[in-house]
Amino acid sequence: MSLLRIESLTARHGLLEAVKDISFELGQGEVIALVGANGAGKSTLLRAIAGAHRPASGRIKLDDVDITGSSAHDRVRMGIALVPEGRRLFTNLTVEENLQVAESRSRGGRWNVESALDALPLLKPLRKRRAGMLSGGEQQATAICRALVTNPRVLLIDELSLGLAPVAVDLVYETLRVVIEDGMTLLLVDQDFTRAASLADRVVCMLEGRSVLEGMSSELGREQITEAFFGLAGRGAGQP
Amino acid sequence: MSWVNDVIQGILLGGYYGIIACGLALMFGVMRIINLAHGDIAVLGAFLMYLLLQHWHTSPFIALLPVLPVMLLFGYLLQRLILQRSLRAGVLTPLLATFGISIVIQNALEQGFGPDVQSLGGETGSLVTASWNINSQISIAALSALIFVAALVIYAALQFFLSRTRMGRQMRAAAEDPDTAELVGIDSRAVYARATAIAVGIATLGGLALALRTTFSSYAGPNQLIFAFEAVVIGGMGASIWGALLGGIVLGIAQTIGAQINPEWSVLSGHIVFLLVLISPRGGLLTLRAGRVRRRAGSTRLRATA
Repeated sequence: MSLLRIESLTARHGLLEAVKDISFELGQGEVIALVGANGAGKSTLLRAIAGAHRPASGRIKLDDVDITGSSAHDRVRMGIALVPEGRRLFTNLTVEENLQVAESRSRGGRWNVESALDALPLLKPLRKRRAGMLSGGEQQATAICRALVTNPRVLLIDELSLGLAPVAVDLVYETLRVVIEDGMTLLLVDQDFTRAASLADRVVCMLEGRSVLEGMSSELGREQITEAFFGLAGRGAGQP
Repeated sequence: MSWVNDVIQGILLGGYYGIIACGLALMFGVMRIINLAHGDIAVLGAFLMYLLLQHWHTSPFIALLPVLPVMLLFGYLLQRLILQRSLRAGVLTPLLATFGISIVIQNALEQGFGPDVQSLGGETGSLVTASWNINSQISIAALSALIFVAALVIYAALQFFLSRTRMGRQMRAAAEDPDTAELVGIDSRAVYARATAIAVGIATLGGLALALRTTFSSYAGPNQLIFAFEAVVIGGMGASIWGALLGGIVLGIAQTIGAQINPEWSVLSGHIVFLLVLISPRGGLLTLRAGRVRRRAGSTRLRATA
């Protein structure tokens, strides 16, 4: 049985349909890389799953329980945590306070402030520093930690490497490897689809709100993903 | 020497303004709501204590004990039933909603208690008249000193609550970014309701201070709101909790020194200081440091430390 099931989900921004009739499943411990160009609807889909965006139609099921109508804070209690695009840390709070705020709403489990900082030792000396004073990579690591200490069953990460220096991207991918090795179920969005796919069991490629390619990452070639990413699949040479 | 006495009296008066301003600053810092009913809520608390003292001859401090939880509940429900709905409708709607609440409270108090002025000062025995004479020109009234100490305790307690408790951290998180707070499991609406309850509770303490130090009537609220608002603005518009107390002290000193120059200039001189702060590019005593942090770290709303 799948842990998270998305059924014919459609989400709008006003009149614009950002996500169109998307369906897929995410199994326990599975990692899916959700890839697609800007405006493909990836962030809207993640926000709809996290409860931050109300879908126009379709269903979201966690353990076969329909959670489509529940609020974002209730979904955290159910086990869905989102690392939003741009990190969105509480910049006036310290790293430790950011984690404590999330821990106070934790479902209980393996992750707490100390275990998260143990897993990411780079944050330990920064725990008393205001989150707004961190580098981009440190902020992203803190944002991942903050989501972890809620002890999610499904972790959603939006634009993991956006705006980060290459060295910071290495850092957050290293962070993520620790989390995945711990058995976390993960839905990952990143512009660097090659790197995202290298972590993932499966790849779902979105184009203009629709899922246009889905398959095991080991079976999909880079060219195949690139074609789906840019909407070139099925078009012959010279076609617009 | 009389100038020294004026400054001391101004500082003590600032303690009262600080208490009245504290809840207003909290609501503004957490929810960006300017509660135009804040002064009336303080007066409502004072009238509830007055009502109890009519039937139960005891100290106003004892009367505060049953009134405080009632007012905390009133604040919680005020947010859940009225202000939360108005927040969804835009920035202007909560302002209009609190303006309406202000009128409702004033009229309800006039219906219930009439237009006469009241005071609880007579119920405190010698506290109202007791004072320490430092020398022939400097005298400290016991009640003013008590109110000032109470202000310090309230601000220190609020500081501790916001920086050291789980609920306080949640409040600061929801103040900075309510949408992201939801994404880490915080029910922002419940946090807002708790913040309003605390603000109304502190306003009730301000109502008690008002009722002890002077007279009050059904229509005394708007005046208290003006002083509270001026203290919040002078202190830096909720950028720091302690700023409202500091703003209250500056306002108090301005008023007492203004009164020394000319008794008719007391309130006017406070308004002039308020206007000077309002037009200054710095825009408040404790906004400079907050502004520095904002430039380095993004937007700033409520900060627990000054």
